[in-house]
Amino acid sequence: MQKPIIELHRVSLILSGRTILQNIELTIYQGEFIAVLGPNGAGKSTLLKLLLGLYKPTSGEIKILGKDAKKGNGEIGYAPQHRTLEADLALRARDVVGFGLDGNHWGIGFPNKKRTDTINNALTEVDMLHLAEMPVGKLSGGEQQRLLIAQALLTDPKILLLDEPLSNLDITHAQSIISLISKIAKNRNITVLLVTHDVNPLLSETDRVLYMANTHSAIGKPEDVITSQELSKLYGSPIEVIHTKGRIFVIGEEM
Amino acid sequence: MFDFLQYSFIQNAFLASAFVAVIAAVVGYFLLIRGLTFAGHALSHIGFAGAAGAVLLGIDPVFGLLFFTILAGIGIGMLGRIIRERDVTIGIFLTLSLAFGILFLFLYKGYAEQAYSILFGTILGISSINVVITALFSFATLGVLLFLFRPLLFASFDPEVAEARGIPVKILGIIFLVLVAITVSMSVQVVGVLLIFTLLVGPAATAMRLVKSPYRTIGVAAILGVSYSWIGIAIAAQTNLPVSFFIATLSFGIYGFVRIFKPSFQK
Repeated sequence: MQKPIIELHRVSLILSGRTILQNIELTIYQGEFIAVLGPNGAGKSTLLKLLLGLYKPTSGEIKILGKDAKKGNGEIGYAPQHRTLEADLALRARDVVGFGLDGNHWGIGFPNKKRTDTINNALTEVDMLHLAEMPVGKLSGGEQQRLLIAQALLTDPKILLLDEPLSNLDITHAQSIISLISKIAKNRNITVLLVTHDVNPLLSETDRVLYMANTHSAIGKPEDVITSQELSKLYGSPIEVIHTKGRIFVIGEEM
Repeated sequence: MFDFLQYSFIQNAFLASAFVAVIAAVVGYFLLIRGLTFAGHALSHIGFAGAAGAVLLGIDPVFGLLFFTILAGIGIGMLGRIIRERDVTIGIFLTLSLAFGILFLFLYKGYAEQAYSILFGTILGISSINVVITALFSFATLGVLLFLFRPLLFASFDPEVAEARGIPVKILGIIFLVLVAITVSMSVQVVGVLLIFTLLVGPAATAMRLVKSPYRTIGVAAILGVSYSWIGIAIAAQTNLPVSFFIATLSFGIYGFVRIFKPSFQK
């Protein structure tokens, strides 16, 4: 049996009077690649924030590697929903990645070879070393995404949480980010939770999908979860799922 | 030609303006990347009421400045991130404090002269004791900023990930605004309330267009700020025209030049 990495037991969350999650039960194992799906506002990003300790559950229990979820957990690497970075930030690609290494350390920090090597290795892992000195504002969306992934990997985490890393990317760039994440996850044997709107580009890589809607969730193989019957139950209203040419389309989902 | 350097009021001016220019450069860089320049502007105007109030009470204006700006800095910091979208709130509040400033000054008899020095600075009139005060607050501000440097930079760039990594983002934001308040209070002595951006924003904005890493940007900004101040003082001493005019003109001129001839980060 695989080792459980993330366990949620009867987790509910109410934020400013609104119920976001209700009685979520979930176990995720080491090395799994999970696509987190669902309509806007279903609590996908919120779930990641719960795992990070940025929100506390209203009730229930969240265990990360057997311990309560809390801020500052080096076992989790996180790249939040991406916003385009301004050209005038006066930060280079290597500065952004460096935050992952010692951004939370006090003091000014002095450059040394070990630090530079660690950052260079991280940049190499995401195939960005050739752009290390570039100002982040000059990089494309896909390149910025690679930097955020490199940054998230610097604490050598067991879990990688990626919030919409594929948004604003065209299909080719999305594919290359997916294969990058998949390669890193396999090499390092880390668990990945990737929030996305479209499961199709991920179908060949993902082990299971976590579908969130209407404060509830369902987890399992894509072919078991993304069905008319399962989703209609989850949403509480009729949903139709169409399989065509190896792709899956969900119809009737309020986006 | 350099005879003016032997006067103690000129030496005081050189010293105090150098301290101020250095902290303004570091604080200004963070103000820019945090998108908080308007808060810096507001703090200086709120400081006007403090300075005027101090004058009325017969206290050194710098203490009124510090008191009002630090309180306001903590207030703005407590309001948190929503403030970035709430320029109107700050705007209304800063006009109110200008109104109080003008009332305090009106009640004080030496109206015009004091108003002039608070609004436009009186670096050539700075007393030795104020140089010491400026030095102390500048060293303290710089010390705290260097200590907070990496977490503050991380939190400015990506508050969410920084918080997830265990950085106390909100407290850091409040401490930073207190440092802005101190920097503004010190800068007002040199360039006055109205020209605060010449030292606080001008050098950092120019430096950002010249170099790329945070450390280099701050270094270049500090050099620019000190140069503007010293050149400004030197020209003013020769011509008897206001110092802050020259500092502001240099700050604007160099920024404009860089802006036109070197688009940011062109390599």
